[in-house]
Amino acid sequence: MIAEIGHYALILALGVAIVQAVLPLIGMRARDPQLAAVALPASQLQFLLVGIAFIALTTAFVTSDFSVLNVWQNSHSAKPLLYKFSGVWGNHEGSMVLWVLILALFGAAVAVYGSNLPKQLQANVLAVQGALAAAFLLFIIATSNPFARIDPAPFDGMGLNPVLQDPALAFHPPFLYAGYVGFSMAFSFAVAALIDGRIDAAWARWVRPWTLAAWMCLTIGIAMGSWWAYYELGWGGFWFWDPVENASFMPWLAGTALLHSALVMEKRDALKVWTILLAIITFSLSLMGTFLVRSGVLTSVHAFAVDPARGVFILAIMGLFVGGALALFAWRAPLLSQGGLFAPISREGALVLNNLLLTTACAAVFVGTLYPLALEALTGEKISVGPPFFNLTFVPLMIPLLIAVPFGPLLAWKRGDLPGAAQRLMAAAGIALGVTVIMLAINQRGPWLAPFGIGFGFWLIMGAATEISYRVKLFEASGGEIWRRLRNLPRAAFGSALAHAGLGLTVIGIVATTAWGSEKILALKPGDTTDIAGYHLAFNGVAPRQGPNYSERVALFNVTRNGREVIELTPSKREFMAEQSSTTEAGIYTSWRGDLYVVLGDALKDGAYTIRVYFHPLVWLIWFGAVVMFIGGAVSLFDRRLRVGAPKRAETKAAPVPAGE
Amino acid sequence: MRAARTLALLSLALCFIAADTGRAVQPDEVLQDQALEARARALSAGLRCLVCQNQSIDDSDAPLAKDLRLLVRERLKAGDSDQEIIAFVVDRYGEFVLLKPKIAPHTWILWFATPVVLLLALGLIVTNYRRRRAAAGPAPLSRNEEQHLKRLLDQN
Repeated sequence: MIAEIGHYALILALGVAIVQAVLPLIGMRARDPQLAAVALPASQLQFLLVGIAFIALTTAFVTSDFSVLNVWQNSHSAKPLLYKFSGVWGNHEGSMVLWVLILALFGAAVAVYGSNLPKQLQANVLAVQGALAAAFLLFIIATSNPFARIDPAPFDGMGLNPVLQDPALAFHPPFLYAGYVGFSMAFSFAVAALIDGRIDAAWARWVRPWTLAAWMCLTIGIAMGSWWAYYELGWGGFWFWDPVENASFMPWLAGTALLHSALVMEKRDALKVWTILLAIITFSLSLMGTFLVRSGVLTSVHAFAVDPARGVFILAIMGLFVGGALALFAWRAPLLSQGGLFAPISREGALVLNNLLLTTACAAVFVGTLYPLALEALTGEKISVGPPFFNLTFVPLMIPLLIAVPFGPLLAWKRGDLPGAAQRLMAAAGIALGVTVIMLAINQRGPWLAPFGIGFGFWLIMGAATEISYRVKLFEASGGEIWRRLRNLPRAAFGSALAHAGLGLTVIGIVATTAWGSEKILALKPGDTTDIAGYHLAFNGVAPRQGPNYSERVALFNVTRNGREVIELTPSKREFMAEQSSTTEAGIYTSWRGDLYVVLGDALKDGAYTIRVYFHPLVWLIWFGAVVMFIGGAVSLFDRRLRVGAPKRAETKAAPVPAGE
Repeated sequence: MRAARTLALLSLALCFIAADTGRAVQPDEVLQDQALEARARALSAGLRCLVCQNQSIDDSDAPLAKDLRLLVRERLKAGDSDQEIIAFVVDRYGEFVLLKPKIAPHTWILWFATPVVLLLALGLIVTNYRRRRAAAGPAPLSRNEEQHLKRLLDQN
């Protein structure tokens, strides 16, 4: 019964979404604001209905209702409760319902919190959101019904892929989808503005919080995925340039560019056409990410669905929306007025450089991900594009970007003072250079480029500190004055400084762990010992242990450092009964130095075991940096001036500028 | 439907294989000569495990990956250069085995798209800037320029 209610709610939601998509446009043509305003209650009703469907599906999972096909395929009665929940989106059908739920949530939020938006813009945005929802609801109902029944109901389920039974991965999809789908707001606003033929700085003020929120979610979602891969896949790799990772990384790169160009648009009314295009591109890449993962075009860990009908359907949705938006852009963009002029050396100029490098980097990832597919489809020739390709094309673009980042916030709008900014950054540059020289001196092994990478990280962090200290006159003013300035500093300034510093932390983590990681591959017998990176490990044998829905063999390691007890590590191999498969659980000890990472391998003939021991220096900084970026975004999001509905402050218009400059 | 189900199960099975790998080199594979072993690892990282999804033979537990690892090490012991070994493996398994594709006509788009995009975008930015500056008329003088002009005028 509950499943049928869910199914019915989905079908109703489809009807409501169609109404939400169509009426505002008719209302606009008929100049009937009341007709257009139907989109508001429609979007809320649609959210309610999709919410009912989602709750129905969740109920089926939590109560282990195996008469529902999807539950039978992806759940098991012995599974811990958390994974019964995450099982809802740990499969194709359920994850699409989650996708639409988040889409509906954003739409409803525009209806509820957008009371001070221009009415027509609001209705148009909701119409675009409604059209997106309708397309994906139709997709779910037609090709991926999560509520299909089986009769007779099996006694127990087939279980969830054990590698997905993990806390970080339980929450990875919701964050990732919130990011993907969040960019639909930028898309809907862009399309709405194009339909309207009007766009101004207020538009950017509206779009930026949504984009920022989506970007934050995507940042955390990607970081969680990378962290999961690090500890679950068994050797400590954190990024593989796997097509599925790239699928989420491309919208992140484009979204980061969009955040920065929307800033220019909001503050200076410039880069309008480009920002609109970027908003369309960013969400198109999100759609493409969904397509790549959901269609099974790429078969990898993430591709659960192998059914060409679905792939073609999503491709059609993608073609419709991306093609439609781009056509609308080509038609209407020339109507949009061009904004203010600026000198090449200026805050705007720096942000253009940011956009140039980020979008080119995104293009590099795009080509590397799709070219092998295209080549095989067209000529049948198979090639592999792996990490070496991305190291040669993507990484070189990041270096000028990392160098430029600290300059941006120190340049004035319109016309900046590069020597002045450079002078202010002297201390930061000095520290970064000093660190590089010290690292070069003590760098025994590892590539000679690595110390420069660490230097870049410090450059970013110290650059961010420089910005704040410059703006509060840290070394000039009195204590009281500094305090006053600190309090008056817009939160967005702290936000961007934090985000840039977070990037620096991530860079240091990546470079350190890539360049100076150490590993040992050993055949150890119980009683044997080994040393790595100052740690002394004693292997005390392997014992069986029973988990809730698995049994495992656990290796015991006593870890000491300089004779002092540090920790007992218990890497294991888990056998999952229901799923008839196994996972490798690494034993990880994290300290500020880095991670000691021990993996239990197979039993060898003579009572020994294959043991892999790694030390990943400073690896935690990679994800800590992402968290700092997230916090930076959050701080910025709660800036009073950015807050949705906050009255425009006079300050943004306070600096009159001669039109001709 | 049944075929689709089988495929789905198969891909799930593949997932497990992929997930259950560590860095896969076994203790008995490791070469005594550390320099040779380092070269073996570097070479392995650039060679794809053909039956896996996007994994190098260095990372894969699949038997075929192990065979390839042993093959690379055998060739190394026989004194082959890195290029000779790569050529040998490509001869046997095709270009698909290379994680870094060759630069050849069929990969020109792959390799040169990024620099071309960068140059095109740069060109667009510059022409757009020039056009708009021309449309907006001459820019007012900066302070330096004004001072310079004043000095010139004063000299006269």
